[in-house]
Amino acid sequence: MTKPDLESLSFEEAMGKLEKIVDALDSGDVSLEKSIDIYEQGAALQRHCEDKLKQAEMRVQKIVAGADGKARTAEDTSFE
Amino acid sequence: MFEDDEDDGPSAQTKAKTNQTELTVSELSAAVKRTVEDRFGLVRVRAEIGRVSRPRSGHIYLSLKDDKAVIDGVMWKGVASRLSIQPEEGLEVVVTGKLTTFPGQSKYQIVIDKMEPAGAGALMAMLEARRKALTAEGLFDTERKRAIPSLPQVIGVVTSPSGAVIRDILHRLSERFPCHVLVWPVAVQGEKCAAEVAAAIHGFDAIAAGGPIPRPDVLIVARGGGSLEDLWGFNEEIVVRAAAECSIPLISAVGHETDTTLIDHAADLRAPTPTGAAEKAVPVRADLIAQVDTLSARRLRAMQRSLRDARERVVQSARVLPKPEALLAEKRQQLDLAVERLPRGPASVVREKTQALRLTADRLPRAFAARMEQTKSALAASRASLRPVSLQARIREAQGSSQAQAKRLHAAAPRIAMRKRDGLNALTRTLNSLSYLRVLDRGYAVVRGDDGKIIADAATIAAGDSLSIEFKERKTVAATAGEGTPAPFAKKRKAKTAAKLKPTPPEQTDLFGE
Repeated sequence: MTKPDLESLSFEEAMGKLEKIVDALDSGDVSLEKSIDIYEQGAALQRHCEDKLKQAEMRVQKIVAGADGKARTAEDTSFE
Repeated sequence: MFEDDEDDGPSAQTKAKTNQTELTVSELSAAVKRTVEDRFGLVRVRAEIGRVSRPRSGHIYLSLKDDKAVIDGVMWKGVASRLSIQPEEGLEVVVTGKLTTFPGQSKYQIVIDKMEPAGAGALMAMLEARRKALTAEGLFDTERKRAIPSLPQVIGVVTSPSGAVIRDILHRLSERFPCHVLVWPVAVQGEKCAAEVAAAIHGFDAIAAGGPIPRPDVLIVARGGGSLEDLWGFNEEIVVRAAAECSIPLISAVGHETDTTLIDHAADLRAPTPTGAAEKAVPVRADLIAQVDTLSARRLRAMQRSLRDARERVVQSARVLPKPEALLAEKRQQLDLAVERLPRGPASVVREKTQALRLTADRLPRAFAARMEQTKSALAASRASLRPVSLQARIREAQGSSQAQAKRLHAAAPRIAMRKRDGLNALTRTLNSLSYLRVLDRGYAVVRGDDGKIIADAATIAAGDSLSIEFKERKTVAATAGEGTPAPFAKKRKAKTAAKLKPTPPEQTDLFGE
């Protein structure tokens, strides 16, 4: 398993890889040396997933379009 | 008044003919206009729309027709903006309005106040026709659909800024997975609806990644429930094309579940309601956190188990492994046997032979003395038996015999010594052949202490003791016992070897020095 470039991984990909690693560890089919290696990879993937889940803050902005129809600004707002 | 004139003169007939008032065109046109507008001040007409033109003024010009006749129509800007269904060629409509003339061109037209489709059937027929055309173009192909990202960071919402829809969406998003929402406000019904929705979709798509406004990962185009006419904007071709062309995955949620608009076909995913769109756009954060937690716990457990198993295997292997003492014991026994078979040590051989030699040497003078004693007593006996008569002769005889005996004795003594020496020489040779020196020739060395005694046990050496080490050919070096620091030793050894010390063999000193 090559070391994945974490930053470019989507949450789904990271989850998928983490699941594969856990399955492999669970099956006990990997050598001890390799299992230590992929265990570390799993830790990194887990952190990556958690980071993605942490970025959860509600922010609502209203787009104001310019004359050309393009989004010019986004004003913070609420629709309550 | 005119009638009176008619009846008056003979020319009344002619006059009557020409009596009809001459009107100007303008007068006539004005009269027609009055008549038409009075008579058709409010009409309701069912027609099929012919060509439609929309100049920049905002007014709409169109023709209404049936299979035999055509009438022009106009819809002023104010009316046009209130339309839910935009006029389109071929659409069956019922219009309400008034007729008016256009004197400058001898034309009349209907000024439309209200226009609605001629029943749902007409609209549905048009919708179906449009759907087929767009399907044929491939805009609704399933291959075009993109997957909705599982964890969007930015969500673009195209909907009305007022009303329940945006509130429902935001509420559900914050409930499931709070995120960054960009709302592009649009009219969700009326004339402007289609254009604004299409512009909003294009606008979101035009946001470059990394700019001041973040590019959405997913779009939601939403509207609450309404009549077919209310939702019509989402059937418009520009909206459908915008949705199909949009490079950001798009979720449509227009109307209720039972309403299907054409944007739903073009969208990557159709949600039954705006709330449903929010659910499809983001997962439930708490579920994912639990999932990651579960995975990480499993990972930890699996690793611990794998380490425990490995440790167990090591312990088991170690148990099967023979003990180091056992491995050595066998070799040690073999060594003991070999040592036993080895000729006894050179020192003990020397000691033994030396003792045997000493014993033999001791007997030598005693044996000689005893022999002399024996001979003397024999002589005395002979002398006692001497008679004076024959004494002289006997003496002479005896003297002669005695001299002969003495001569023999003197001759015999060195022979005896020589025999003994021969024996000694043979023993010495044997001794040399068995000497430890031969052992030294094989690469062994003898270590002696200060007192010249052989040191057999390293344990008896203390640091700083002077040692002499004898190698083959009697080459001896002096050394000082250290604490396992061979470097100074090596130096010393070299110096001593250069000096070529040549000690006298100690055995011979022992042997003959006594």
